[in-house]
Amino acid sequence: MITFENVNKKFGSTQALDDVSFEIKQGEFVFIVGPSGAGKSTLLKIITREALPNSGKILVGNQDITKMKTNDIPKLRRKIGFVFQDFKLLDDRTVFENVALTLEVLGKSDEEISKMVEHTLKLVEIWPQRNLFPRQLSGGEAQRSAIARAVVSKPDIVLADEPTGDLDPKTAWGVIQLLNEINSWGTSVIMATHNQEIVNTLKRRVLILKNGKITSDTKEGRYEVK
Amino acid sequence: MNRSIDYAKKNIRRTPYQAIAASMVMFMTFFALLTFSILALGFQSALQFFESKPQVIAFFKEGTTQRDVSALENALKQEPTVSNVKYVSKEDALAIYHEKNKDDPALLELVTPDILPSSLEISAKNPEDLSSLAQILKKEPAIDDVIVPEDVVQTLASVTRVIRVVGISTVGFLLIFAALVILMVTGFKIRLKRNEIEIMRLIGASPSFIRTPFILEGVFYGVTGALVAWVFSYTLIWYFTPFMQGFIKEIGFLPIDPILMLILLGISLIISIFVGMLGSYGAVRRYLKI
Repeated sequence: MITFENVNKKFGSTQALDDVSFEIKQGEFVFIVGPSGAGKSTLLKIITREALPNSGKILVGNQDITKMKTNDIPKLRRKIGFVFQDFKLLDDRTVFENVALTLEVLGKSDEEISKMVEHTLKLVEIWPQRNLFPRQLSGGEAQRSAIARAVVSKPDIVLADEPTGDLDPKTAWGVIQLLNEINSWGTSVIMATHNQEIVNTLKRRVLILKNGKITSDTKEGRYEVK
Repeated sequence: MNRSIDYAKKNIRRTPYQAIAASMVMFMTFFALLTFSILALGFQSALQFFESKPQVIAFFKEGTTQRDVSALENALKQEPTVSNVKYVSKEDALAIYHEKNKDDPALLELVTPDILPSSLEISAKNPEDLSSLAQILKKEPAIDDVIVPEDVVQTLASVTRVIRVVGISTVGFLLIFAALVILMVTGFKIRLKRNEIEIMRLIGASPSFIRTPFILEGVFYGVTGALVAWVFSYTLIWYFTPFMQGFIKEIGFLPIDPILMLILLGISLIISIFVGMLGSYGAVRRYLKI
């Protein structure tokens, strides 16, 4: 599904990723953990081709995205749902409109959009808040809206960059359970976090990054902050 | 495309003051364009009208025979510089006099064909040849007097030229100014919608999906300005036509031909679409890095 082969990425003199190699299969739930500045966000940005590595090969599906033409990048991103720590919801659109945006980009009809958005909002349990604007939502509701936007088009992969970073523990658990449920539909979930409680409770595959290098890759892994 | 139109409509609704400002600049530009075009066309019509009028009138001496008249008329028709020669007999002259003074019976009472001279009305192909033609005619023994009417044609020709030059320069400047205003307004909107553009990029929107609403917005400002300017110009012309007709009745430019106004509308719309697209495309290229 996703394969990194000897990937290097430098920002000036900083080595953000250093000879990174791993493979993620369809339907896996993977935590990317490590301290701030370890390269977690860079790794996610490279998967969406927001950033291009200096060397190495990256396969998403069967396609080497390092050789992908600029015009084809939107097609890659349509296969990926993205969840951000700060939600990145549009303030001047309602929850419904924020989620519908993904489908509008895909060129779906208004009728299809209505059905798919309703279905997804009910799944993530924020259907009653569909007509509210982001400023009227709690943190948990906002993140559920963002997750709905990420999964409404049924992407193959969901990337979540610190999705619980701005949430209280109880709300954070709600979001994690939601991501877990999405994974149970067969969607690969790759989540960057440094929340060891979540990682250790869920017992999923854990990739540990330190100074841009993968120092550990374990199934049902654990993460201890030393 | 429907989605892009929806997005453009939303963008316009959410920033109404910028939309009004951009449309007003376009209105000013196209009002100037239409005003100068109509003025230039009006002067062109006047020029054609005066060019079709006799430019030299040669009056025959009393007692000139029809044979002498025909000889001179034929000689003039052979001249390469002459475009038209028309003989006006004493009776024709009286008829013209009566027509021109029909509202004033006192002036008509005492005039008979005998006191009006017969004449030749001559038009030259080129106004520059008028004085040499007049000189030749003055030397003719049968000719009593030669009149070269005040050179309206040359004055009109130079006024028309000035209107064209001033019009093209002013409209050219305003078109550039309008394109720059649309560029600034679109650029400002792109900056305002940075987050939305960023999110759209990440969820897989194609560059054209993101750019098209901004370009359509620029086109909207252009078309709105051009349409309002056309309606405003047409209303002004329609309102002032009865008043203006009193002065320039013979030229036949007024009432203005609706087909001509429709052609001007078409030209304005094409230019407005081009300017709107140019301004917004410039902003998209400059500020929207996708």
